[in-house]
Amino acid sequence: MTHSASVSERLLQVSDLARVEGEGSLRVVVRGGTVQEAALNIFEPPRVVEALLRGRRHDEAPDITARVCGICPVAYQMSACAAVEQACGVVVSDPITALRRLLYCGEWIQSHALHIYLLHAPDFLGCQDAVGLAALDPNAVERGLRIKRTGNLLMETVGGRAIHPVNVRVGGFHRAPTTAEIQALRRPLQVALEDAAATVEWVSRFDIPDLEADYLFVALLGDQQYPIEAGRVGSSAGLDVSPEEFEPMVIEEHEQRSTALHARLRGRDRYLTGPMARYALNRERLPEEVRRAAEAAGLAAVCCNPFQSIVVRAVELMYACGEALRLVDSYQPPSPPADPVPGRAGSGTGATEAPRGLLLHHYELDDTGLIRVARLVPPTSQNQLAIEADLRQVVQAGLELSDADLTWRCEQTVRNYDPCISCAAHFLDVTVERQR
Amino acid sequence: MTAPAPGFRPSVAVFKFASCDGCQLSLLDCEDELLSLAGAVSIAHFAEMSRATIEGPYDLTFVEGSITTSADAERLQLVRATSTTLVSIGACATAGGIQALRNFADIGDYVAAVYARPEYIKTLATATPIADHVKVDFELRGCPIDRHQLLEVITAALAGRRPVIPTHSVCAECKLRGTTCLLVGRGVPCLGPVTQAGCGALCPAIGRGCYGCFGPAEATNTGALADRLLEVGMDPADLSRWFRTFNAGAPAFAKESLRHDPQRQR
Repeated sequence: MTHSASVSERLLQVSDLARVEGEGSLRVVVRGGTVQEAALNIFEPPRVVEALLRGRRHDEAPDITARVCGICPVAYQMSACAAVEQACGVVVSDPITALRRLLYCGEWIQSHALHIYLLHAPDFLGCQDAVGLAALDPNAVERGLRIKRTGNLLMETVGGRAIHPVNVRVGGFHRAPTTAEIQALRRPLQVALEDAAATVEWVSRFDIPDLEADYLFVALLGDQQYPIEAGRVGSSAGLDVSPEEFEPMVIEEHEQRSTALHARLRGRDRYLTGPMARYALNRERLPEEVRRAAEAAGLAAVCCNPFQSIVVRAVELMYACGEALRLVDSYQPPSPPADPVPGRAGSGTGATEAPRGLLLHHYELDDTGLIRVARLVPPTSQNQLAIEADLRQVVQAGLELSDADLTWRCEQTVRNYDPCISCAAHFLDVTVERQR
Repeated sequence: MTAPAPGFRPSVAVFKFASCDGCQLSLLDCEDELLSLAGAVSIAHFAEMSRATIEGPYDLTFVEGSITTSADAERLQLVRATSTTLVSIGACATAGGIQALRNFADIGDYVAAVYARPEYIKTLATATPIADHVKVDFELRGCPIDRHQLLEVITAALAGRRPVIPTHSVCAECKLRGTTCLLVGRGVPCLGPVTQAGCGALCPAIGRGCYGCFGPAEATNTGALADRLLEVGMDPADLSRWFRTFNAGAPAFAKESLRHDPQRQR
């Protein structure tokens, strides 16, 4: 971090925003005690994945798009499968859907445990990283790593590999795990469920900064269950549409300062996806014991403090462990493991809930099943404007803090969203400029 | 490498270029070893893990990602200058990654397909591996890398020896697992015979042909495999794309994909 000061302005600069996945920079300008500008600049080198998908066969989309994000590859695979299957007019069997949901629970468990324990909790406890946290509270870090390991074990058992799973295909899976293989997950998941309940209790004791923000929440609406791999798209303003109706409503803008596009609803409204949005719109779909844990942790029915998102994430972690156990107990190996999905001309939209928010895929296929047009809308591009709005509020409320503390608070604000900047396009570089 | 002094605690750095973060996540995925590892080495620069950074020079640097911008090409030179041993990790860093598909197309068309204001985007026409730009001491393959192989690289560095990483093909791993050959037994297209081992032959074990995550094995005959794939019924139009995924930029795979590229046969 460098720090320069003059009579007319103060400048703070951090050369990497750490503990996020990706590269970007943050610039805040304060003049006369008022925040003038708060911009999250993403300069992850563009990989133009949507362009290189053109001319690929419809069934190649899950493996190619998985490579957009090493932290949430299952989300990419599931949204891709949903979109391609819709384009080809195929609805997969219930056992395949259940196995997909189980795999997806593994990614939620892995990703949420990673974010809560290794990336985010150190901010609340004044540590630089999880190694520092382990010196302070070794039991907590070991608990986090234990939960994370179970998430990875689940992804390896169902997906064949924790990062970029190999067993997923359009139509279902290459091989259905045996009942014995799935049953072996039972014990580690029971331990993870206990550990997740302890996580909810642990994060609820953190000193959480006060901030109330006004959000337009957007999330999938679960049918009966909390949404993960499917659902209609809803909002806190009463929206209730299918993913294919929702996709054209998302207008992405391209600004000079960013290699990520940022999204507005109908070109107008900034909105928020992710755990807080899912919880606000689907709380009644959580099982009783999870809702009780959320209440005991001090969560209201709707959480509007972004710094409390770590508590919501812990509640979802608990849910994912319990849901995975339920799916393990009711597991029926899908037979066949994949339904046939012959390519044909058509278009389809897939929307699923990545750990960090809604992930949309849209494809248009030609009559040989080759992809003509691809559109991917990742959670971080949808959240970018909300993150910037939070930053303005955080800086305005924290002007009395020292440059070092304010910079850290800004970083923490960005990390509230578990941003995956490699998927939005990545290097967070924080600049706070104070002009008098 | 020479044997280090007892109690030597090397400084380790991780740097990222164009990539998905999955390979550096493999380090955080070493759940059982992470804390003891953090004791054995000094994690000096690892942005995904810590906001604290220690200035170089670094004893052991891992580089993830490929080079797609001129700014990144310059940054890589600085990373090399500050690193004693530099190991490139993953298909992006060793072959260019999935984004190297641009090497076979017109980058202007690609950028215009994604961005409303292509003039705001500064990117190179190619995505290239780290070794195209600087001296690399070791390349660890995979999309993603295997975390056990990563631990072997770190262990070897601590012991001051070369990492023991096989360069033979996936076929040997199928034999070790007792997986019946998919290509011979069932006529399932498989890139295993020309792909480097390291994953543990995951795909053939679930009945899926290898799709080449670890790139070309040390000595391969991609042409002979391509002929065989056509014999078992692969559509010639699909063959070029088979060699053109995460390791499309690796010379052996690039050459074979071009040989079957319908665009280039006219």
